[in-house]
Amino acid sequence: MAEVPATADVVVIGAGIVGNSLVHHLTRLGWKNVVQIDKGALPNPGGSTGHASNFIFTVDHSREITDITLDSVAQYKEMGVFTESGGFEIARTEERMEELRRRMSSAKAWGIEAELVSPEFVKEKVPFIEEDQFIGAFWTPGVGVVDSLRAGTIMRERALATGELTVVPTVEVTGLDTEDGPHGTRRITRVRTTGGDIEAKTVVIAAGVWSPKLGDMAGISIPLTPAVHQMISVGPCPQLAEKEGEISFPIVRDMDTFCYERQHGADMEVGSYAHRAILHEPEDIPSIEQAKLSPTEMPFTEDDFDPQLEQAYELMPELLGAEGAEIRYAINGLLSLTCDGNPILGESEVAGLWTAAAVWIKEGPGVGRAVAEWMTHGHSEIDLHHSDIARFHTHQKRREHTRLRTTESFIKTYGIIHPAEQYESDRDQRLSPMHDSQAKLGAVFFETAGWERPFWYESNAGLLEEYGDAVMPREHEWDSRWWSPIINAEHLRMREAAAVIDLSAFCIFDIEGPEALDVVQGTCVAQCDVAVGKVIYTPVLDAKGGFRSDLTVMRLGEDHFRVVTGGAHGMADRAWFSGHLPEAGTTTLTDLTDDVSTIGIWGPRARDIVASLTSDDVSDAGFGFLSCREISVGGITVLASRISYVGELGWELYVPMSQAADLWEALLEAGAPHGAVPAGIGVYGTTGRIEKGYRAYGAELDGERSIVEAGMQRPKVKAADFVGKEAYLAQRDADPQTVLCTLTVDDHTSASGVKRYMLGGEPILTRDGGSLTDGHGHHPYVTSAGSAPSLGKHVLLAYLPPEQATIGNELAVSYMEELYPVTVGSVDATPLLDPTNDRIR
Amino acid sequence: MILVLVEVSLTGEAVENSLEAITFARDLAAAGGGIPIDAVVVGVPGDDVVKALAEHGVRRVHALTGPAYDAYSGAAWAAGLMAVREKTGSVVVMASGTPRGMEVLAHVGARTALPMAANVVSFSSLSPFTVTRQVVGGQAREEMQLSQRPALFTIAGHAVQAAPADAPGTGELVEETPDVADADLVARVVSSEEPEPDLSGSLKSARVVVGAGRGAGSADGFGEILELADLLDASVGVSRVVTSLGWRPHHEQVGQTGSRISPDLYIPCGISGAIQHWAGCSSAKNILAINTDPDAPMVTKATHAVIGDLHEVLPAINEEIRRRRG
Amino acid sequence: MSVNPLVCVKRVVDSSGEVVLTEDGQGVDGRYAGFTMSAHEECAVELAVQVAAAGNGSATVMTLGDADAVEQLRAALAVGCTAATHVVADSQAFGPADVAREIAAVVRDHEAAGTPHELVLLGNDAADSGDFQVGIRLAYELGWPVVNGVSTVSVADGEVTASGAGADGHETYRLPLPAVVTILEGGVEPRYPTVPGRMKAKKARVEEREPGVAPTGASRLRLVLPPPTPSSVEILGEGPSAAPAVVDLFERLGVLAR
Repeated sequence: MAEVPATADVVVIGAGIVGNSLVHHLTRLGWKNVVQIDKGALPNPGGSTGHASNFIFTVDHSREITDITLDSVAQYKEMGVFTESGGFEIARTEERMEELRRRMSSAKAWGIEAELVSPEFVKEKVPFIEEDQFIGAFWTPGVGVVDSLRAGTIMRERALATGELTVVPTVEVTGLDTEDGPHGTRRITRVRTTGGDIEAKTVVIAAGVWSPKLGDMAGISIPLTPAVHQMISVGPCPQLAEKEGEISFPIVRDMDTFCYERQHGADMEVGSYAHRAILHEPEDIPSIEQAKLSPTEMPFTEDDFDPQLEQAYELMPELLGAEGAEIRYAINGLLSLTCDGNPILGESEVAGLWTAAAVWIKEGPGVGRAVAEWMTHGHSEIDLHHSDIARFHTHQKRREHTRLRTTESFIKTYGIIHPAEQYESDRDQRLSPMHDSQAKLGAVFFETAGWERPFWYESNAGLLEEYGDAVMPREHEWDSRWWSPIINAEHLRMREAAAVIDLSAFCIFDIEGPEALDVVQGTCVAQCDVAVGKVIYTPVLDAKGGFRSDLTVMRLGEDHFRVVTGGAHGMADRAWFSGHLPEAGTTTLTDLTDDVSTIGIWGPRARDIVASLTSDDVSDAGFGFLSCREISVGGITVLASRISYVGELGWELYVPMSQAADLWEALLEAGAPHGAVPAGIGVYGTTGRIEKGYRAYGAELDGERSIVEAGMQRPKVKAADFVGKEAYLAQRDADPQTVLCTLTVDDHTSASGVKRYMLGGEPILTRDGGSLTDGHGHHPYVTSAGSAPSLGKHVLLAYLPPEQATIGNELAVSYMEELYPVTVGSVDATPLLDPTNDRIR
Repeated sequence: MILVLVEVSLTGEAVENSLEAITFARDLAAAGGGIPIDAVVVGVPGDDVVKALAEHGVRRVHALTGPAYDAYSGAAWAAGLMAVREKTGSVVVMASGTPRGMEVLAHVGARTALPMAANVVSFSSLSPFTVTRQVVGGQAREEMQLSQRPALFTIAGHAVQAAPADAPGTGELVEETPDVADADLVARVVSSEEPEPDLSGSLKSARVVVGAGRGAGSADGFGEILELADLLDASVGVSRVVTSLGWRPHHEQVGQTGSRISPDLYIPCGISGAIQHWAGCSSAKNILAINTDPDAPMVTKATHAVIGDLHEVLPAINEEIRRRRG
Repeated sequence: MSVNPLVCVKRVVDSSGEVVLTEDGQGVDGRYAGFTMSAHEECAVELAVQVAAAGNGSATVMTLGDADAVEQLRAALAVGCTAATHVVADSQAFGPADVAREIAAVVRDHEAAGTPHELVLLGNDAADSGDFQVGIRLAYELGWPVVNGVSTVSVADGEVTASGAGADGHETYRLPLPAVVTILEGGVEPRYPTVPGRMKAKKARVEEREPGVAPTGASRLRLVLPPPTPSSVEILGEGPSAAPAVVDLFERLGVLAR
């Protein structure tokens, strides 16, 4: 039995593509005494890497995934294990062609060479394809295949060459020990294995489909589910056998039948994502001894595959039906799926215990580098916030949630997914106290962080007639899917009278104690040493000056601050602040999200409405902008905060959950005579903010963006130190490489005469379609898009090269492969609507 | 009485498996309070056979003779065996778990409409008579009741080690010439010849065999294995999974259903050692297992082992051989 | 006259990995290893297809098993069988005599229906229960002659010729049809399915039927796993560093000379 070293600076559990990449990048970044273990044998310990089909399509709608993929490709190429084959994604339907046009948008936005081509073009490169089975294709010449096992060995050997890595295969982890730290936290202390115990302060779980099992050992949730991807290998096919080498024909993704066909020597591998989701529990994966092939190559279930076989045969009858070509290998290969399709990376709630799981071959080396950087510097070059393990809310950590969501999403692996598409399964996890009342009003609920949030109210449909074409109706089904002109009607009513908005999804936590001021000062860019009762809007940066978040902080007492942030990113923010609590001190962080509801009321009549429900002074003099205090509204004591994300006079009212429904009814009732309506998140999150040029974390702001480039710098930088200050000061002194601008669409008419409305993610080009490149080498794309009904315009936000960032500059946006003229309206945070912010007063 | 079908080899000796069956029968006889053991052989046995059977405790040796037994027929042998069993009133009819032993007992089972237990390794109770037998290719065991008489079963190879009895039997030879119906002679061997040398011939007679199993990883994973075989002038033998995956040709398969090998040295690489495979290689004089799992059956049964991945270990061995050869 | 063999297969757990027993100890758990038919039966299917092709007939496959056993029928249909019969029943509840009786019933019914089988092929033994007797019991049910444990089968002029390794060397049998023959793997390479074959199999109709008689059972009490055997292995080392010790061993055994 192999024996492990007694101590390590870091233990990497897993020797698949991720673990191998991690040990390489960790040693490269200077880590010492690295120990890598795997329960299997090398070089193929039996995980998903060993049976991967190993091809890489580079274009994804997600920038984060694309960037990780591109970095991985660069690494594979450097190691000499990448073979470029080119790849087609073919369309059998016009709906798919539209999706491929959207894919062209992403390709241009991420700067990847791609082209829409005819069936004849495909036939020329793939002579055994039946070109009458499809109508067009998306051609990515840079697609290729890799030898992921070889890459793993190379990276492991490079790490070994530093002298800082010890690799111990065939030892299985039996336990992960933790000890209690301050503030109810825990930290990792020890990895127990069948080959002995390893004392370590840093441990990475890179164990693929087994990761949840390992997470359980330390009491953390790594919510992924092992799922089956079916693949068969047919051969020898004479058409392939006559070519030298592993691959000489482009890979074909038959998106509409959820299949791919990938040459492997003389065999054609046909893979499928079309079957039912076949999920397994990590505990049900066989041991190496029990498995026929490897633990992640489960027995093939033919019935699930048969329909795909037929479709594949239709597409390549001469090849798959060739004399002598037999189905020689067929597996149900296990891979990892998550509830949102993104990897699970970063430090868990157990300090020092990291994860790098739910990663595919195309992302492996990139993830290894990024996570190693994160472990070393506290941040990575590529923003990883969509993949941060801290993103999961309690309900998302349940296996049941993962199971239900992946069951629903599996079939969408090659599906056409609308950017606003909602899940159907496992909904209604978090309901605000107003939910029943909202449902009666015909609320259409969208989910954020498990919360069901009204996006618009059908009860406001009557406003459509009132506002007529000002609601900017959308003719095209795709543009209007998951959307309603009622959003714009609610918006117009808010600007005209007032709107009441349920913001229960806010993540709220209090920081209290003697070091509370130090904690917020040290994490927030804005000056937090303000008078009690002041509200601060502030960016939060990482050490390299990239955005961690933007949020509001209220000073409720000398030693008491309340942080309010968006639900979607709230868990990561909470983890960030928790991580900055002084270890020795008595300052605490208390999560109030489930105790406190938030209701917003904004609009020119908001003050009148609130005044009608309170005897407190809510005049501008008595309750100034950016201040907060407790008042009684309709007999309910609330913490009122005068702030606005929609550019209107009004308040966020923080109220105990138990009284929120009463407050909601009181506001609607009192508001009705004033013309107030309930308004949905469509207004709060898009139309209201976009008219005001307000930035959103995750769209305009992320770890790769700076305050300066986002146009959010204030005249002065506070004296107190804070995370990212040094970088921020340097950014202020340098010329920006890119500038966040607001653009308006000048003409929506497409070639077919249908007016089209961009939804986000589209590339910004010159008027004649030429590509633009900023100082980072990135190409501009739409970070947010939405109606600005009060302007009568469709507004886009995009980072532009500085030389293009001039008001009035005429450019174009490419949408579904057509150009639409746009004009730059703002080159900083100056809003297009009410630039002097009079409405807020 | 216990009746045991004994097979005699072409060279005129009682086969080892039959002696094992008799040894097993002695335990059963003792448990039953000293039941006598008779043997049935086909054809007139040589003196050595009778002597050996007596030494192993056989009381009487019934020799089936006559033209019906000139060529092998399972049905004819069964008819003869049943005639002896009726004459002797045996409560147990046994054979060794050889192809013929199995076949003849199955015929007896079909003729008597009684259950037949194949590949028994032990018995645990006389009443009800309960045996344990090999199933799933020897990887599992089944406890089975044989409550009717006569109890019919065959003894798995090497379930017991053949050993002479402390109290030898008398070994009285009795010729039997029971009638055999024509119908029982329809399916009989019409010719038997020395097997033609097939592709696996060199494997069966090889002095060194390098074996490879699932651990090879893929059809492309045999480079080092073939190289070692070349360096040692050895044959290549593979496990069942390797041929069923199409990685290597079928004639290289070693195991219960492939070739049975008996080299001086067998080097199984990445073979876990399922019993089917073991059945084909257990006669090797030395076994050097190369496996990542120190607890793999092949490692624990081997005479020598290296713990490690074959793809890492074999290149080093090949290099070392080349180095020593200069 | 055409030759229309019936080949009998059984859905069994693939036992090439470590065997896992079901909780009730009555069977082998197939969730990790999956299900297959035994190698003997794969060869029997191949021979049935070859015999049918040579005899201008068609090969029918049958099984007795639960609903999932249709997978094994389709596997046989994918490699050349053209008809399939499924006796839907829990195969664990059926002893060898029960199974033989059900096969015989299928043979008789097919004959009555005008699609007789002149030859029935089976595997020498099932990969799970290892009873070594179903084919022989079937022969007695039908009153047909039986040849056991052969690897090649051919039919000509109403006679079947079967041969394989036997106690006295390579043994050949020749007997008139109808007959039962049980197959030991090794005489023929079973083909893999082709894509068109698999598609044809998917669409083929499978005759489903109930067992004719209640089974008497297999007299099975339970399955157990054998105890590990003590080891006397000498570990020469771990990983590549063991190479010198290995080559020392080669020298000691005298297998290194050239």
